[in-house]
Amino acid sequence: MSTVLLIEQLLNGVQFGLMLFLMAAGLTLIFGVMGIINLAHGSLYMVGAFAAAGVAAATGSFTLALIASLAAAAAAGALVELTVIRRLYARDHLDQVLATFALILIFSEGTRWVFGSFPLFLDVPAALAGPVTLPGGIQYPLYRLFIIVAGLVVAAGLFLLISRTRIGIRIRAGEADREMIAALGVDISRLYTLVFALGAALAGLAGALVGAIQSVQVGMGEPVLILAFVVIVIGGIGSIRGAFVGALLVGLTDTLGRFLLPVIFRAFMDPSAATSAGSALASMLIYILMAAVLVARPTGLFGKA
Amino acid sequence: MKLKSLAAAVCAAALATAAQAEMKVGMITTLSGGGAGLGIDVRDGFLLAIAQSGRDDVEVVIEDDQRKPELAVQAADKLIQSEKVDVMTGIIWSNLALAVAPAAAAQGKFYLSPNAGPSQLAGRGCHENYFNVSWQNDAFNEAAAVWANENGIENVFLMAPNYPAGQDMIAGFKRFFEGTVAAEVYTKLGQTDYAAEIAQMRASDADTIYFFLPGGMGISFMKQFAGSGVEKTVMGPAFSFDQGILGAIGEAALGVKNTAHWSKDLDVPGNAEFVASFTETFGRLPSLYAAQGFDTALLLLSAMEKADVKDADAFRAALREADFQSVRGDFAFGPNHHPVQDIYMREVVKEGDVVTNRVIGVAATDHTDAYAGDCKM
Repeated sequence: MSTVLLIEQLLNGVQFGLMLFLMAAGLTLIFGVMGIINLAHGSLYMVGAFAAAGVAAATGSFTLALIASLAAAAAAGALVELTVIRRLYARDHLDQVLATFALILIFSEGTRWVFGSFPLFLDVPAALAGPVTLPGGIQYPLYRLFIIVAGLVVAAGLFLLISRTRIGIRIRAGEADREMIAALGVDISRLYTLVFALGAALAGLAGALVGAIQSVQVGMGEPVLILAFVVIVIGGIGSIRGAFVGALLVGLTDTLGRFLLPVIFRAFMDPSAATSAGSALASMLIYILMAAVLVARPTGLFGKA
Repeated sequence: MKLKSLAAAVCAAALATAAQAEMKVGMITTLSGGGAGLGIDVRDGFLLAIAQSGRDDVEVVIEDDQRKPELAVQAADKLIQSEKVDVMTGIIWSNLALAVAPAAAAQGKFYLSPNAGPSQLAGRGCHENYFNVSWQNDAFNEAAAVWANENGIENVFLMAPNYPAGQDMIAGFKRFFEGTVAAEVYTKLGQTDYAAEIAQMRASDADTIYFFLPGGMGISFMKQFAGSGVEKTVMGPAFSFDQGILGAIGEAALGVKNTAHWSKDLDVPGNAEFVASFTETFGRLPSLYAAQGFDTALLLLSAMEKADVKDADAFRAALREADFQSVRGDFAFGPNHHPVQDIYMREVVKEGDVVTNRVIGVAATDHTDAYAGDCKM
């Protein structure tokens, strides 16, 4: 195993983690501010990917496709908040889970109805296609570097938004005490719609970015949703910083585990047994990580008790 | 639109003749959710053959399994007990087929598999009422290994999802492959990011990547592989390169070699007509799955010409003869009711604007599966 391979895998882990962050940030924001467990977050990811694929097919422009994914997911998020989520604030989490699960089914079959049952085509733009050579002779796909940069830009933007702007103050205030901020004259229902649309837009952007190197198909959001939940549980529910650290931890653990565990097992097992035992353990690794974090810190790394 | 009118015509024909229908077929297949493209192709191919036969005494009852074993079992109970079907078909996935087909066959129903071919049902678990019209899971991989031996491929990197069908496929390839296996990687079922595996491929000394990743997993892998700049030959069984998927992969799949028993350019009687009529009726090119659905219906119709389904022994004998012109050419059943057929090597090419497959040679002639010896029927 060479250093070059190890560095490439580290980059892969960071890239996977930043993609998860885009999903997890919206999820944790919505839970932190509004107290809603939104299972339909994966559907918003799918909406973003389908909107991007549709616009890219019609116009041929990847930039327009990304804008469309943000707009479509934000619009879908706002619509869902206004029609369904708004009625759930006072209900308990079980009702929220039930209602947002129903939304998954509605979004999935609705998308299938509009776009058909076959996966859509969405390709990496020509300018970002192919590999680049990094210092040290590492060949790395340019598009994955683009995802790393896009993830970091969004993370920085989100930190600034939360810590430096008036909306950010209101979001933090809403998180801390929602009756008080309403009493101070802030239109809380508009704030909620805004937060929900923002979270949805982040999910939609993740869907479009990832859709270009994965499969744009109905049901694509659910596997990512599970990982995003793992991320926010590790990071501490409601914390953006926790989502960032948790996402990188999960991304690195998953990528390095898949790559290193079979190699490590091969040191003391015969190769075929090492491969199957290593693969099996690698797919459990992030859940083991989550369990370990919860044992040490029951509220997650950055969670409030 | 045309799909709807065809389905409506079949339903109307079925309703009009329900009282005297000679044949009632129960079809359980995947029509919603992630894997729906496959089930829809099987259904459309099947209904097209029934409609073209001009027979109005075949009634088809269709149930959606959503790719879930428990729903498939419920649907099977309904079809057997309240619909009282004579023949069942339609299931796409091996795990669903294992849940439904043995029970249906044991209750005296004929089951014609239009896709799944788990090794269990070809070997010890075979049944006189179970007929596989597609392939045994290992078949395409065994043929690919034979082709690899003959074409100077010496060192392969193997990859498949970590579940029974994935292990079957890799086992099938290794059964016949004579070269070196550089690495054997099992991924999570449903995995969408293959960066870690692609990095290992780049670092390995293998000259060829051989993989089985059905559906969306294959789309993700091929797009990421194409962007990685790794220069190695890519091969696999046809499931990652069928017509329904190629549109989503695009040019990243060009040049990939894949094995299948059928291709749309295969020069055998009836195939060109099938491709033309399917394209005209449904507005898309037929996939492997559509061809299998079409053949399954042809087999059923051929048996109906010879025997009444109420006479189970005579009908079984008629099915076993497989006296129909398959769109894949010569077709016969082996002793375990699994196909004996040629398997071709295809290459992904671009025809005009359409990315599709072209036959480049025969990978295995009269290929049969490795499990027939375990079958006591």
